[in-house]
Amino acid sequence: MAEKVGVYVCDCGSNIAATVDVEHVAQWAGGLPEVAITREYKFLCSSLGQAMIAEDIKTEGLTRIVVAACSPHLHEKTFRRACERAGLNPYLLQMANIREHVSWVTKDRVAATSKVKALVAAAVARVQYHQPLEPMAVAVNPHTLVVGGGIAGIQAALELGDAGYPVYLVEREPSIGGHMAQYDKTFPTLDCAACILTPKMSDVGQHDKIQLLTYSELEEVSGSIGNFKVRIRKKARYVDDATCNGCGLCIEKCPRKVVDDGFEAGMGYRKSIYTPFPQAVPKIPVIDRGSCIWFERGRCRACEKLCPTKAINFDQKDEILEVEVGNIILATGWDMFDCRRMPQYGYGRLANVFTSLEFERMCNASGPTGGRVVLRDGVTEPKSVCIVHCVGSRDKHYNSYCSGICCMLSLKLGHLVLEKTAAKVYACYIDMRPNKKDYEEFYWRLLEEGMLFVRGKVAEVTDVARTPQEEDQLIVQVEDTLLGKQRRIPVDMVVLMGAMEPRRDARETGLKAGISCSMAGWFIERHPKLDPIATMTEGVFIAGACQGPKDIPDSVGQGAAAAARIEGMISRGTVMIEPVVATVQEERCSGCRICNSLCPFNAIDFLETEKVSKINPVLCKGCGTCVAGCPAEAISGAHFSRDQINAEIAGLLCDADGRESGAELAFAPAQAE
Amino acid sequence: MSDKGTLAIYWAASCGGCEIGILALNEKILDVAAAFDIVFCPCIMDTKARDVEHMPDGHIDVCLFNGGIRTSEQEYMARLLRQKSKVLVAFGSCAHEGCIPGLANVTNRQSIFETVYLDSPSTDNPGRTLPLPEVQHNGFHLALPVFYDTVRTLGQTVKVDYYLPGCPPEADRVWDAVVAILEGTLPAPGSVIGAQTTVCDECTRTRSEKKIKAFKRTWQVWPEESQCLLEQGLICCGPATRAGCQSRCPTVNSPCIGCYGPNAGVEDQGARLITALASVIDSNDAEEVERIVREGVPDPVGTFYRFSLAHSLLRRAALVPDEERHELPLPRAAQ
Ligand SMILES: Cc1cc2nc3c(=O)[nH]c(=O)nc-3n(C[C@H](O)[C@H](O)[C@H](O)COP(=O)(O)OP(=O)(O)OC[C@H]3O[C@@H](n4cnc5c(N)ncnc54)[C@H](O)[C@@H]3O)c2cc1C
Repeated sequence: MAEKVGVYVCDCGSNIAATVDVEHVAQWAGGLPEVAITREYKFLCSSLGQAMIAEDIKTEGLTRIVVAACSPHLHEKTFRRACERAGLNPYLLQMANIREHVSWVTKDRVAATSKVKALVAAAVARVQYHQPLEPMAVAVNPHTLVVGGGIAGIQAALELGDAGYPVYLVEREPSIGGHMAQYDKTFPTLDCAACILTPKMSDVGQHDKIQLLTYSELEEVSGSIGNFKVRIRKKARYVDDATCNGCGLCIEKCPRKVVDDGFEAGMGYRKSIYTPFPQAVPKIPVIDRGSCIWFERGRCRACEKLCPTKAINFDQKDEILEVEVGNIILATGWDMFDCRRMPQYGYGRLANVFTSLEFERMCNASGPTGGRVVLRDGVTEPKSVCIVHCVGSRDKHYNSYCSGICCMLSLKLGHLVLEKTAAKVYACYIDMRPNKKDYEEFYWRLLEEGMLFVRGKVAEVTDVARTPQEEDQLIVQVEDTLLGKQRRIPVDMVVLMGAMEPRRDARETGLKAGISCSMAGWFIERHPKLDPIATMTEGVFIAGACQGPKDIPDSVGQGAAAAARIEGMISRGTVMIEPVVATVQEERCSGCRICNSLCPFNAIDFLETEKVSKINPVLCKGCGTCVAGCPAEAISGAHFSRDQINAEIAGLLCDADGRESGAELAFAPAQAE
Repeated sequence: MSDKGTLAIYWAASCGGCEIGILALNEKILDVAAAFDIVFCPCIMDTKARDVEHMPDGHIDVCLFNGGIRTSEQEYMARLLRQKSKVLVAFGSCAHEGCIPGLANVTNRQSIFETVYLDSPSTDNPGRTLPLPEVQHNGFHLALPVFYDTVRTLGQTVKVDYYLPGCPPEADRVWDAVVAILEGTLPAPGSVIGAQTTVCDECTRTRSEKKIKAFKRTWQVWPEESQCLLEQGLICCGPATRAGCQSRCPTVNSPCIGCYGPNAGVEDQGARLITALASVIDSNDAEEVERIVREGVPDPVGTFYRFSLAHSLLRRAALVPDEERHELPLPRAAQ
């Protein structure tokens, strides 16, 4: 194997050069086997640096390139392109990460330089086993599936639809709108939520490019980027959506009233046939089988008798739709922390402890109290309200993360109380974090409006009085850390800022689409900074609060960003996918089927007639799980072959400072005959 | 002497099963005898090491060497036969990868001696006599081969031209090898003469996706006759074991124990088995996984490395260095 390897060591300004003796490394690397040329350069990623590599490839006839610089996440593409421009297959490049893995994690120049040598030796040993690879082109179906019709999903669907690309928008509830539809006002500008949301909702409902599938669930996803096949369960509404004109007569006449735990957050009632709220899109109601008198006792059918368009159909069944799409956006949002999990705050036990969602419904003009802020008795206006921050968040017993929106939410709710009542408003906070555009200003506004801020995490909310003044009150026990003393604040009403939590079924939903969740349960993005909307599964994107706690502007931004990414692919028509995939060598495969259940991307099929397993290269992400799992070593991973990995380990273990190392013997790959 | 080829068959640390394996050629043994003069085979004829020492180098055309290298005498014979043979074949699992004797690599000479000569319940050794390589007795100097701490494979001792796996190698595979030798269609030197796939390829049981909740031992279940044994919880080494036996054990409802060694190109059969089985355990709960393994695999080395320990990446349990081997000088070439 006679290769001509070029080794390039980057200073990264002083990022690397300050800690690593780059000149020495470059000179030393010249003595490694097969190395023809070595250079050290200030910024290899600059156009001059790239041009230098390309020039060397042409003039020196280099056949392999090693770049010792930053993380391949950042610049592997850059240097691959440089190779390509010089006519060298881009996969004949190997990067050694000497910045994130070395210079940024130590100040010890000697140790750093020695580690860099080992990493360079590993890369030089490995790159000699690299094979030229060609990316695969896949045609992109212009349809997109959006799962979840909250503000993030709505935005994504509208962006795509407006760009002229067809969308299926799947929403599990009878109407789109998500959580935002429940609110009265939205921070920080206090626009009415309905005023800004409902126009978007009706745009979706009327859009000729958007096929809206409400009261529907994602069943199964197969295929891969460009060509997914999706099965969707359209749950039986018992109302024919083609004939219903949304007049609402059925709702009016339905004799059964039940507590609405969904949209009204348990604060109000709905009928057994219902739309969640008046501005629902679509306007078509659903019959809740669980509470409907006909389904319960086999009598009634009032809705059917009175429906002017004969749209009620008690025999309707769930329907399974199959659609084909090129890309998928998950925008399934969040769930509220169950405040009962913190019994010390009394929710569910003490009547006048409310959750933020309940309070939102109470403030809403079209909500259960018509927008009046009252105690549970439905009439008494509170004289004092305490808002408790960080309920189930910033607490390692529940969720260690900051839920992000609650400080602003507290300010919004405080403002609404001050606006609607004469009550005193306290907020007990750990830290105030109104950290975005116009948020700090909103905080100042509330300070001026007279909201009272107590810095401390609430220990307890109790109705056990210690003094006559505390009788018949809720007492908020909190250590005021600014005053340095314990306080007992008697109030009429307490509002808990429950944390935004991942959807309870996020893991299952993620699994269907082939993406995973973080420890906390949020969908994992491809890169936390540089690619927050893509996922490790090509063609599956995430937007909104399903990726982590988020306010409305961020959710909208992500919805639009995901749509833009997809529009780019559709307009180009094809996507190139990485050829770094695993393949089964059929003659070595005995069809034992060990690998069949291992693939996180469902890329492995078992061919019954041939009795061998086969990997779909379009689905495969090259993760290597099956390569490791195959007991016969019938599966090999391109760009991560055993030869390459063994050579890399041997290189890594070769003692860069000259002593002899036994490791080479044990790991050196068998020489080709 | 005729113009037939010459054949030697030798045994080192082995059980004698490989000779039976050769006899299992049945009447084809006559074809072997027609093609070769057997010049050395202590199992069936009165030939001595001295006879081999007197042969010119390369006198033996093919030597089938079975057994691993456990003593200095075996090492001597391995070196001697290497020197005298044109083609040296590691015949059977012991020579190929250490086999059952190689499992003793989890311990060392001293504790083997203690078990065998002192501690075993049936041993009566009041003088606590242990074998010594050399003793002076009544003016005589008596010597025994040195017993090593470690069983080595033939390939770890001398250069081997071909490997024939199996415990013992199947008669049909032995015949394939004989034909290949006679017809000159042998693969590249250093390779295993055998299939490129695993036992499952020859197994007729139906297989589906595997999800294993508990591993069971053979006495605990009466396996269903047509379903993959591994799916029934029995640790079947078939998926990681080279094909060649026509799936003998699974065919009679007994899981494969791995005697044909790893598939072509695989470095460590046990590691392959472990990763494969680990990946089909049907639980993501660390404690449950631990329990499944603890209850179902009481003897991991004996289960996963039953035949291949000496040959594996592990090779043996760690040793204090100076307990190691006594080298013997190479025999001088005969004039
Ligand atoms: C009480 C409260 C008040 C808030 N007030 C404000 C505010 O004033 N200003 C602000 O900027 N932010 C506010 N926020 C934050 C805001 O609610 C979120 O940013 C926003 O809801 C995120 O939108 P989303 O579309 O990602 O998720 P969601 O609103 O949760 O929408 C997700 C949608 O997906 C659907 N869905 C879920 N799973 C599936 C599935 N498997 N299949 C099909 N459909 C599914 C759901 O039914 C839902 O319609 C507030 C948060 C809280 C807790």
